[in-house]
Amino acid sequence: MLTELLTPPAWVILLPLATAICLAFVRDHRQAGWINLASAAGTALLSFRLPWQQTVGALLLVDPLSAHMAILTAFVGFTTAWFSLGYIRTEATAGRLDPWHLRQYHALFQAFLGSMLLALLSNNLGVAWVALEAATISAVIVVGLSRTAEAVEASWKFFILCGVGIALALFGTIVLALAATPILGPGLPTMTWTSLATAGPQMHGTLLNLAFVFLLLGYGTKAALAPLHAWMPDAHAEGPTPVSAVLAGSIPGVALVLILRLRGLLVGNPEAISPGPPLMALGLVSILLASLSLWRRRDVKRFFAFSTVEQTGVAAFALGLGGVGATFAAILHLTLHTLAKAAVFQCVGRAAQLKGGQRFTDISGLLSRNVPLGLTLAAGIVAVAGIPPFGLFTSEFLVMAETVRLQPYLAILLGLGLVIGGWALITRLITLCTGPETPNPGPAVHWTALVPAWLHLALVLLLGLAMPESVTAWFAAIAEVAR
Amino acid sequence: MTHTLAYDLSHLLGGIVLVLSFALLYQRRLMSVINIYALQAMTLTAAALWQGYSQGATELYVTAIITLAAKGIAIPVALHRIVRQLKLHRAVETALGVFPSMVLGVAFVALAVLVVLPTTAQSQTLSREDLALALSVVLLGLLMMITRRSALTQVIGFMSLENGLILAAIGITGLPLLVEIAVAFLILLAAIVFGVFFFRIRERFDSLDLSHLDVVGRTQL
Repeated sequence: MLTELLTPPAWVILLPLATAICLAFVRDHRQAGWINLASAAGTALLSFRLPWQQTVGALLLVDPLSAHMAILTAFVGFTTAWFSLGYIRTEATAGRLDPWHLRQYHALFQAFLGSMLLALLSNNLGVAWVALEAATISAVIVVGLSRTAEAVEASWKFFILCGVGIALALFGTIVLALAATPILGPGLPTMTWTSLATAGPQMHGTLLNLAFVFLLLGYGTKAALAPLHAWMPDAHAEGPTPVSAVLAGSIPGVALVLILRLRGLLVGNPEAISPGPPLMALGLVSILLASLSLWRRRDVKRFFAFSTVEQTGVAAFALGLGGVGATFAAILHLTLHTLAKAAVFQCVGRAAQLKGGQRFTDISGLLSRNVPLGLTLAAGIVAVAGIPPFGLFTSEFLVMAETVRLQPYLAILLGLGLVIGGWALITRLITLCTGPETPNPGPAVHWTALVPAWLHLALVLLLGLAMPESVTAWFAAIAEVAR
Repeated sequence: MTHTLAYDLSHLLGGIVLVLSFALLYQRRLMSVINIYALQAMTLTAAALWQGYSQGATELYVTAIITLAAKGIAIPVALHRIVRQLKLHRAVETALGVFPSMVLGVAFVALAVLVVLPTTAQSQTLSREDLALALSVVLLGLLMMITRRSALTQVIGFMSLENGLILAAIGITGLPLLVEIAVAFLILLAAIVFGVFFFRIRERFDSLDLSHLDVVGRTQL
């Protein structure tokens, strides 16, 4: 069984974890930054081969769904490590982070990346749980690094809420194993996704329901679905920006993948409740609550964190609708949103360094003297708002079409949420980019710092304008696996 | 005969863990809260040993040792030291009085029993009642986290919640060991992270009272 750890798919997980251990011993933060980037690039390259290395083992499960999410996570990890190189140099020069903090930062960045990939590629519910916990702990420490009162509070809140969430998820995992024991017998198979999937139809329905409720609450907290989202805005606002960029997409993404696999178990069981309505309810509440909250934010990073809650809600809602079409839309939406939001956070991080603050009163009128930064940020916000030609328009359109087909009345609420949220984004876009210019005390932003964001936005644009047939087939294969 | 003994003793131990959760809720002094937490962990150790014996599962002895070493001894000792070194207030500050929290606690136990017993009607008797007890302990841990102001007592609430999880895990025959190790790791990591936090909060605010931490809520929303 342990020989599985020597197969190529396992390298994707082991490389970042090994780098994390090495980085804990690297004193010089410039070197650490480069090692961080090299390792993240290696991980991304290794992950691109995953679709051709699909395996089902006792430890690893590489199917289209996990391969796709792993590629996405590794790719965002790579571009963020690239972005972080310049960002961290500026933070270190400004004296906001000392060498000891920077060492922790780089080691934890890789530990976070490795744990997320482990959670995605593991075939074992218990291992996925441990990995998600490890990822949470790394993120908690990074968020608290700057040690301001706000950062300590944010990481405390993050830790307590996610700690409780993860504890509830463990209870759900135990109940699920209890439900599977009569069919699969004692031992490891009771926590293996693939054997659970075969045993799903025969499991005791009500026990499966109990497990679902706890797992949904537990992983729903990690996915930041309202009303369990309270940790997310604080963690985003106070943590270093590269972490916000990674957090925005990957933790909710991983949690939603776990919920998606769980949905498959419940759908296959004739006695269990339908997983759709609870998921749709959490999704809709997230969309409506977050889109209304957007109007009252004064902190830019907090604003975009709420927008993440909204977009994760859209994906959860689509997953709740069920069926291949809606799952296709949900995975597409999750992918595109992760890319677009990471680009936005990269720009916001730069803008906050330039303007010396992250309130809307600090950052305004970017277009008057910082044209590349302003334009990139504008493009990112337009993409997140779901306006053509960017790909999120396509995915939101697909979600809407499926809603009209399956639950026509809910389409009104969904549409309302999307319009209110998009409107708030565009209103803020106008002040951020074209409002009265605020002073620029920080270092100017060179256009090379924006290349990672351009890469992301180019992908989102490409998928919006013309989706190649092979990509469509790939997403269809994922939806087929996940249904 | 042996079956009923296994049944009765595991219920007794599970019941004691639950009663100690209630005791955590009404304690007024910080030191007693820590001691009761240690006592709960030790009862859990006994429960794990007994389950290991009656199920014939040797890995449960490992769980028992980990529980005793980490949660019965190491963490309580560390917490006592923190309280002494930081000269914390010895009285527990609560957000909710003893009587309302006890009433809520009883309601939670009733809820746990009502939820678990009907849903698990067809599983083995032993696990289903253990599961009801465990869920009660989990819910009481949550209640303790909600009703306490200081970071230290919230942490103890969190760890007592984890005791409930272990109680659930040991009651199920043939659950992979993985889970127990994972939980043990979690406790260890949690203690480290919490330790860091205590010192950070202390260094920032000279207090472990979390109401000082409301800065973000007030200024930045």
